[in-house]
Amino acid sequence: MSKKNASVWTSIRFWRRSAAWVTGTATVLLIWLTFNTMGQISMGSDADLANGVKKRIPAPTVINYHIDYVMDQKRGHEVPVIGQKEPFFGKQWSAEEAAALLHHGKLTSQAKNCMNCHTLLGNGAYYAPDLTKAWLDPRWEDGTMAAITGKNSKEEAMAEFLMHPSQYPTHARMMPNLNITQDEAVALVAFLKHMSSIDTNGFPRNFSQNAKRLEGGTNAH
Amino acid sequence: MLTNAHLKYESQKLGMNYFRVAIVLFGAQLLLGLVAAIQFMYPGFLFEVLDFSVARMVHINALVVWMLYAMIGSVYYMIPDETGEEVVGAGLGKLAFWVLTAAVTVVVLVYIFIQIGSGTEATIWLINEGREYIEAPRWADIGIVVVVLIFYWNVFATFMKGKRTGIMTVMVADLFALAGLYLAGMFFTDNISMDQYWWWWVIHLWVEATWEVFVGALAAYGLIKILGAKREIVEMWLWIEVLMLFGSGILGLGHHYFWIGTPEYWWEIGALFSALEPVPLVAMFVHVLYDWGKEQGHMEANAAEGEKAHAVNNTPAMAWIATNAFGNFLGAGIWGFFHTLPQVNIYTHGTQFTAAHGHLAFFGAYATILIGMMYLGVQGASGIKKMTMTFKTKMALFLIIFGLLGMTVALTIAGYEQVLVERADLGGGWDAYFTAQNLPWMVQAMGWRLAMGVVTFLGFVYLLWDLLTIGKAQAKEA
Repeated sequence: MSKKNASVWTSIRFWRRSAAWVTGTATVLLIWLTFNTMGQISMGSDADLANGVKKRIPAPTVINYHIDYVMDQKRGHEVPVIGQKEPFFGKQWSAEEAAALLHHGKLTSQAKNCMNCHTLLGNGAYYAPDLTKAWLDPRWEDGTMAAITGKNSKEEAMAEFLMHPSQYPTHARMMPNLNITQDEAVALVAFLKHMSSIDTNGFPRNFSQNAKRLEGGTNAH
Repeated sequence: MLTNAHLKYESQKLGMNYFRVAIVLFGAQLLLGLVAAIQFMYPGFLFEVLDFSVARMVHINALVVWMLYAMIGSVYYMIPDETGEEVVGAGLGKLAFWVLTAAVTVVVLVYIFIQIGSGTEATIWLINEGREYIEAPRWADIGIVVVVLIFYWNVFATFMKGKRTGIMTVMVADLFALAGLYLAGMFFTDNISMDQYWWWWVIHLWVEATWEVFVGALAAYGLIKILGAKREIVEMWLWIEVLMLFGSGILGLGHHYFWIGTPEYWWEIGALFSALEPVPLVAMFVHVLYDWGKEQGHMEANAAEGEKAHAVNNTPAMAWIATNAFGNFLGAGIWGFFHTLPQVNIYTHGTQFTAAHGHLAFFGAYATILIGMMYLGVQGASGIKKMTMTFKTKMALFLIIFGLLGMTVALTIAGYEQVLVERADLGGGWDAYFTAQNLPWMVQAMGWRLAMGVVTFLGFVYLLWDLLTIGKAQAKEA
C-alpha cells in the first residue's frame, strides 16, 4: 500500500512482520526445548541401572530388574521404582541381548498395529486397555492369568496370551489372533516391561491403587 | 463434479482431479468408521476378518489422505486466481497425481488384505508402520515425499513467476513447513518416548499449526472469491491469524508431552500455549461473519429499490465456510480446551474424550472448508455465475452437522464416564477399563455414536449426489 496508514494497527506490513517474529521466536524456543528434552529422554545405560542412577527412560536391561510403581510424596504422584534383580523368562539378559529383544519387541508392536486398538503412553485407539503400565497390571500380578494360561510366571503367561489371545477371552471384546510367534511374544513382553519403567510423570494416576480399589467394585452404574 | 468444461487453466483441472479422489476417500473413511462403531457394539462383527485395528487404521488414514488431497486440490485451484498464471509444470503435476493415486490404492489394499506382518523391518517398509495417523509404509512415505516435492515446486515456481499476493505468500511458506514436517515421522527408534516425541511433531504441528494456517489462507481466498471481500482487509486478518495460530500452536505442542516420558516443564509450557490456541479460532470466526455482514450490507445499501441484493455468489460454499468458522472454534477450540490442562488431562488422556475432540475438530476445522472448496470448484468447472443451494445441499449440511454433533456428544459422555469410573474411581488398568466399558452410560453412548454415524453417512450420500448434479442443473438454468 502506497498510502500512509492512519495507524499501525491497520498496517499489513506491521502484522506481517509481527507474524514472522512471533513464529520465528516460537520455533527457536521449540528447537531449544527439543535439544533439552532429547537429552532427558535418551535411554540410560546398563551401568546407570547397576549404580541406581535414575533415568526417565532406562536401558533395555531394565527387564532384569523388578519394577514397581509407587507414590512419591515429593513429586505428588506415582513413579516407577526399579528394585532388585529378577529373572526374565528364567534368565538374566546381557546388554546386547536385552537391546536386541527390545528392538524386536518395538518392531513387533508396530508390525502388529497394537496402537490401533490400545493406547501406548496414552496415545492410540480406545478399543482396548492402555498398555503403558500393562506389565504391572494386577491381572498379571495376582496370578489369575498365570493360572488361566497354565504358566508359572507372569512373563510366560503374557507371552502365551499374546500368541493365542482368543483362547483366553476376558471380555466379549477379544484380542484377535495376530500370528504372533514365540520369539515375538517374548520380545513384546520385554517391550511392555521396559515401557512400564518409563517415568511418565504419574500417568496413569492411581494405577498402583487399582487392585485395592477394584476390590470394592465401582458404585457407578 | 465430473466436468472441467469451463476451466481455462490446467492447474484448476488438476485441482478438480484431486477433489474427485478426495470425495471417494471421504466415503471410504465414513464406511470404515461405521465398521469400527459397529464393533464397539457387537465385538464379533468381522472379528479376525477385518478387525477393529484395521478398520480404525483405514478410517483415520483415509481421513488424513482425503484431506491432503482436497488441500492439494484447493491449492492447484487457487493458483491461477491468485498468481494470474498457469501452473508451471502441469504435465509433471498430472503425472504426480496419478502416481500418488496409484500408491494410495496399493497402500489401502495392503492395509485391508494383508493387514499386518511379522515383527521385522520388512513390515515397516512394505505393509504398515503401526504409528497412528502415519501408518503408511516407508516405501509410500518416500513416494509421498517425491510427489509433494513436485507439488511444492509447482506452487513455488508459479508463485515466483506471477503476482505475489499475501495469501499466496502465506500459502507458500506454510506448505514448506507442512511438507518438511512429514520427514519427522520417517524413522524408527526402539525408544517409545523418542518415537512419540517426533511423531507429535508431525501430527500436532500439522493439525494444530500448519493446517490451521492453511485453512486461514483458504478462507481468505474463499471470502474474496465468494463475497468479493476487500483483499487488504482479508490479508491483514490473515497475517494476524498467522501470528496468533503459530504463536500459540507451535509451543502448544507441549500438551502432548505431559505423560510420554518427557520432562515436567512441558506441563507449564503446554498448558499456557495450548490454552491460547482457541483465541485465533475465535478471531477467524468473527472475521468470516464480519466480512459476510459487511459485503451483504454494502450490496443492500447500493441496490436499487425492490432489487434483491445478494453478496454471496456461491451459497453452498459460503455455508460450508461459515460452518468451518464456527466448527473450528467449537471442535478444535472448545473441545480441545476441555482437556488441555495437565490437571484435567492426567485423567482424560487416552479416553473417548480425545475421540470426541478428534471427531468434531477434524470435521469443524478441515472437512467443512474443504467441502466448501469443492463447491467452488464445481461452480468454476460448470461455469455458473451464482450458485445457490439445492435441497440436497441443505440435507447434506443438516445431516452431516447433526450427525457429527451427535457423535461428539455421545463420545463426550462416554469419555466422561471413562474418566470418572475407570480413571478417577478405579485407577486404570485392565479390569478398570472393562468395568467402565460395560456400564450403561458407555454402552448407550456407543449406540448413539453408531446411530449418529449413520446419520452422517446419509448426509454424505446427499453431499456426493449434490456435488455430482448441482453443476449440470444450475448451468442449464443460467
